[in-house]
Amino acid sequence: MASGQQWVLVEMVQALYEAPAYHLVLEGILILWIIRLLFSKTYKLQERSDLTEKEKEDLIEEWQPEPLVPLMSKDHPSLNYDIVTGPPSHKIIVNGKECINFASFNFLGFLDNERVKQKALTSLRRYGVGTCGPRGFYGTFDVHLELEDRLAKFMKTEEAIIYSYGFATIASAIPAYSKRGDIVFVDEAACFSIQKGLQASRSFIKYFKHNDMEDLERLLKEQEIEDQRNPRKARVTRRFIVVEGLYINTADVCPLPDLVKLKYKYKVRIFLEESMSFGVLGEHGRGVTEHFGVNIDDIDLISANMENAVASIGGFCCGRSFVIDHQRLSGQGYCFSASLPPMLAAAAIEALNIMEEDPEIFTILREKCKHVHKALQEIPGVKVVGEAYAPALHLQLERSSGSRDTDVRMLRSIVDYCLERQIALTLARYLDKEERFLPPPSIRVVVTIEQTEEDIEKAASCIREAALAILK
Amino acid sequence: MPPSMTKSSANKQINGDVCHRTSNGKTSSRRNGFVKNHCLFQQPQQKSRRPSENDHVVRNASLYNKAFVEQFEETPLLVAVLTYVGYGILTIFGYLRDFLRHWGMEKCHVAREREEQKDFVPLYQDFENFYTRNLYMRIRDNWNRPICSVPGAKMDLLERASKDYNWTFQHTGKVVKDVINMGSYNYLGFAENTGRCADAATESTHEYGVGVGSTRYEMGNLDLHEDLEQLVARFLGVESSMAFGMGFATNSMNIPALAGKGCLILSDELNHASLVLGARLSGSIIRVFKHNNMVSLEKLLRDAIVHGQPRTRRPWKKILILVEGIYSMEGSIVRLPEVIALKERYKAFLYLDEAHSIGALGPRGGGVVDYFGLDPKDVDIMMGTFTKSFGAAGGYIGGKRELIDYLRSHSHSAIYATSMSPPVSQQIITSMKIIMGEDGTTLGGVRLRQLSENTTYFRRKLREMGFIIYGNDDSPVVPMMLYMPAKIGAFGREMLKRNIGTVVVGFPATPIIESRARFCVSAAHTRDILDTALEAISEVGDVLQLKYSRHQRRPHLPSSLGSWSSEESLLQEPNHVKPSVM
Repeated sequence: MASGQQWVLVEMVQALYEAPAYHLVLEGILILWIIRLLFSKTYKLQERSDLTEKEKEDLIEEWQPEPLVPLMSKDHPSLNYDIVTGPPSHKIIVNGKECINFASFNFLGFLDNERVKQKALTSLRRYGVGTCGPRGFYGTFDVHLELEDRLAKFMKTEEAIIYSYGFATIASAIPAYSKRGDIVFVDEAACFSIQKGLQASRSFIKYFKHNDMEDLERLLKEQEIEDQRNPRKARVTRRFIVVEGLYINTADVCPLPDLVKLKYKYKVRIFLEESMSFGVLGEHGRGVTEHFGVNIDDIDLISANMENAVASIGGFCCGRSFVIDHQRLSGQGYCFSASLPPMLAAAAIEALNIMEEDPEIFTILREKCKHVHKALQEIPGVKVVGEAYAPALHLQLERSSGSRDTDVRMLRSIVDYCLERQIALTLARYLDKEERFLPPPSIRVVVTIEQTEEDIEKAASCIREAALAILK
Repeated sequence: MPPSMTKSSANKQINGDVCHRTSNGKTSSRRNGFVKNHCLFQQPQQKSRRPSENDHVVRNASLYNKAFVEQFEETPLLVAVLTYVGYGILTIFGYLRDFLRHWGMEKCHVAREREEQKDFVPLYQDFENFYTRNLYMRIRDNWNRPICSVPGAKMDLLERASKDYNWTFQHTGKVVKDVINMGSYNYLGFAENTGRCADAATESTHEYGVGVGSTRYEMGNLDLHEDLEQLVARFLGVESSMAFGMGFATNSMNIPALAGKGCLILSDELNHASLVLGARLSGSIIRVFKHNNMVSLEKLLRDAIVHGQPRTRRPWKKILILVEGIYSMEGSIVRLPEVIALKERYKAFLYLDEAHSIGALGPRGGGVVDYFGLDPKDVDIMMGTFTKSFGAAGGYIGGKRELIDYLRSHSHSAIYATSMSPPVSQQIITSMKIIMGEDGTTLGGVRLRQLSENTTYFRRKLREMGFIIYGNDDSPVVPMMLYMPAKIGAFGREMLKRNIGTVVVGFPATPIIESRARFCVSAAHTRDILDTALEAISEVGDVLQLKYSRHQRRPHLPSSLGSWSSEESLLQEPNHVKPSVM
């Protein structure tokens, strides 16, 4: 066999000798051609341009960009924010006028609490104001660890993680888990930070009608059928339901027990945003899980800000370590941002202390909420939107004039009327063009435990007068 | 005055660009551009084999009023090879350990999914966390070190111990006192718990409390915020400004208000995550240019205008260029004069993120614009943060009145996010007034000079010791190359043993082979502190063999860095350096 092969080789060499010259030349050229093809630059269609330098130059000269920002009309309301002088606590000075505050999310009245202030000051005297670094690079203070620990204990979860900005909390948490190709089922009334988190995640977003479990189940079923068609893809497609505990836009509560049932039926994880319900609902203020008596471990992630009931700054996520710990490297707003100023963390700890010492305050708050809700009923032309125990209600027009601008102007007149009479209210503000489902215009009425019965009566009668005068 | 701030005639002589990515003397390039190919800046004459050699070689001396000295010494080949080998070994061991964990031969510390949810789609792909599990975990003790004092020139660290190889930490209860802090972004030393700033913050806490409980547009617009914004506008030299509660969100929540569909965003490849996120959320098309490379930027600009939007070929609505003042991982300073020249020629808008440079650069602490002696009006959007130089938190945007008016009604942050905490706002007001000298003292000027002197001194010393230091000579962010993965952990730990806290970074914050340590020089550092730190760095550098630089050993090479290891020496011997600059 070996000799046979040798013979073939010899024959080939011999053939080379005998081949005519033109043949060799041709083959040589072909080989060179192949080499050229292999090593030549691949050319891209887009890069080919038939324009001459002169023509390009003309195009560049001719191009006129739009202005950086469109010109604003001089009377746009945002150019003159209401100015608050002094603390936005129970009594608030708006545009130079002292009012009773029905506008700041200071549900438990911690904003002006002496104990909270003292704790913050002690911390300020120890650590200064800023942290000068992200958590990873010497921006982790012992206060942060303590606050995380306390929050986890308060919520009875394994772990908590704090962010330095309430808005960034859920907006960073969602894209830490849900990636391109994953599916998120979201309530239509979800707040803006959830919407931004979803956008950053680049997942498939499926909106279900507000608090409509049948609609959600319909979407989940559709997805199940889709999954059966493509089981390989289904095995790696994560699914999430994102809901709010107490919706900031509608002031009603999500049907959590039903959601948990759906979760296990369709194997979807639940992310719950509790900025409005944390420190409000439930016997101990643990939020909507406690309100419904749902096992907190059934919720994969709970996020809330510490800017409402806690009256500090920042936000947190809590849940099982398996879930939460991931954010320490993947939560963008956590990794890439300076950490929370220690004095604000200290203030939050003290607020938690008060909440733990005196769970009565939640009962008081609920009573006040009910009181306000009742007092605002039957105002002509205006309807109250929201649960009776929600601390931030919406007053909407019963009949819209048909134009959002007119509606907003009418509501603003009511607000101005009340401001004039020392009741501070505010319109709920939205970015009209950015909201996925724009809520109807409304006046926000915020309940705090500091409001007395007289305050509430006064506010209610003031709004009634205004409605009678303006909505005629 | 420190040499870096003088604009002496000697300085003029050497003005322009002496930026080196590599050590080999590049053929001197001349400005031509306009006539031949209509470009403002010269296109590269020939393709070089190594892409890195191409970076940072554009020279437009006439635009600069002083030397622009920026260096990125090439990675030595042997070091690069060894680094890859290091990662190779770590990866092999990682797979081995994963195998052992899988078969239960090694205890697995990773948190587990609940039993009830075992049949859900896994929350994480297994390979996603390979790096975290097998590489990061080994040296995790170098990050998130808890501190329990002011993050000033010295700080106190809580001692941690781990019984399970960094999977969990326990606090021993001991405090490591007076660790020299080379990690915090405390450029001007305003992280203080005593003094004017702290007093003012205390007072405003008494007055306002710590929270606000509403958004700017609703009921959270305090008089304090208005004061702050007027002051910031004055400080920056712009018409108007707006402040936001978080620096990261200032970028990610305002860029979407400025650009949208049909717009083009040109972004530096090393831009911060917040800029990248903001650009993504805006829905614009994003194109990335090479770091600080004006040729690359100009090419993108020309192509964009000539070709218009992809597919439809419609002209772009607008083009927004996103750059940072100081790049926090490279220590480089943006080539602002060139960027402005380009932006004006091609009618683009410029968004300048001064997170690290505001307060830290320029004779008046006004950031890169001040540093280059430019007009702030040439920058369309001036963005920056209060976290670093001002020792507070939050961010701002400054610019023309129309811009800020528009943001007041369209910024996501102004409408949906709780406004800035009162004591934090007060801290900014007080520290900014000190920098501007409006408090009636010269303390601000002293801090600015101290920072500049410290920066020059620290950088020069490190370079003299033979370390590879990246970035601009005037940048207080000083990255020192470690390269090999094992040295990341070793350096951080050895430094801590010597009572010095440093930041070490590796992949994914840096390119895989360019792991580094980063020092942030502060005005609060005294010469003694810096000397102690330098001594320790040198010692550890010897132990770990970190003195990679080859320039020291060849001091006679005309264009090598050794001949002008600092600007100081340039000034003394202008003739000596002539051949090395333009």
